Amino acid sequence: MASTSAATAPGRSVWDGGVSPMGASYGKLMMWFFLLSDAFTFSALLITYGMVRSSHKAYEGAIEAFTFSDKYWPVPEKVFEAVPFLHGVALPLVFVGIMTFILIMSSVTMVLAVEAGHRMDRAAVEKWMLWTIVGGICFLSCQAWEWSHFIHGRGDGIGASLVQNEYGPRDFAAFFFFITGFHGFHVFSGVCFNFLVYFNTVMGVYERRGHYEMIEKVGLYWHFVDLVWVFVFTFFYLV
Amino acid sequence: MASHSEEVVVNVIPADKAKIAKLWKTAGILLVITIIEFIIAFTISAGPFKTAVFIGLTIVKAAYIVGEFMHLRYEVKVLFWSILIPLVFVVWMLVAFIYEGVHVGLVRF
Repeated sequence: MASTSAATAPGRSVWDGGVSPMGASYGKLMMWFFLLSDAFTFSALLITYGMVRSSHKAYEGAIEAFTFSDKYWPVPEKVFEAVPFLHGVALPLVFVGIMTFILIMSSVTMVLAVEAGHRMDRAAVEKWMLWTIVGGICFLSCQAWEWSHFIHGRGDGIGASLVQNEYGPRDFAAFFFFITGFHGFHVFSGVCFNFLVYFNTVMGVYERRGHYEMIEKVGLYWHFVDLVWVFVFTFFYLV
Repeated sequence: MASHSEEVVVNVIPADKAKIAKLWKTAGILLVITIIEFIIAFTISAGPFKTAVFIGLTIVKAAYIVGEFMHLRYEVKVLFWSILIPLVFVVWMLVAFIYEGVHVGLVRF
């Protein structure tokens, strides 16, 4: 419409008003910058983890001979090796692998909901939003189990709290609670937002509005939660 | 509510198969990289090389999520760089704090 002519008029640039120089609405833009600031928060948490970890001694020796001690930082694959219903079976990182899979899949269903929104396909948006919510709830349930197991311990130790833990130095459990907890809270609020936009879709709010941009904005948030998990997975569970 | 007078006529655009196939392909790539990471976790012994491989693969995954799922690759260049350039501070923070941490360790032990 007028946007191109205003931008190309002599002596005017796209920054002089009347057009969106970044090609995105105010709401979407603010979501991006909020996510950037949130990225800094998570970076600070993960980098602090890295700093404290690198200031502790690393375990040197054969993986098979590993025992838990507060003298050195624990090897993550030895801490996270439990899977529900398979008590006593050592399956290192399997459960956290399943959680990663769940979150990636819910990211796909989210992007499919956004795609359906572009096509004004209300039924498809409802379907994919519902799957995304299911994925989010599955992930939170997994995390609840993981926390419970982490807190109670493997059965022959003191378990874990902010004061002491059976896995290694005190900071290890503290970081586990802070980083996975802060991420889990993001997942929880993401599920709430997802439900909100799902509800609005069902009520026909976006159909009357003429666009499904809210799905897109909440989708950005949801993908960010997945993105953070990718980093938590690497720096907390793999390295 | 359903029988309200302001019913809207909506033209549903049919799905673009190629576009959807591309999204599933991105998901497939993410899953394959995760499986590779999983295998590396048990086959390569701990050390700087393993850490570097993990960080590299993580950045590839992050690029796919942000670029494809969050659609940043297809946004206007100004927006793209407004998001990416500030992340330089994260790199700086990482270098500074890990360096610091190693030295704290040397003093403590």
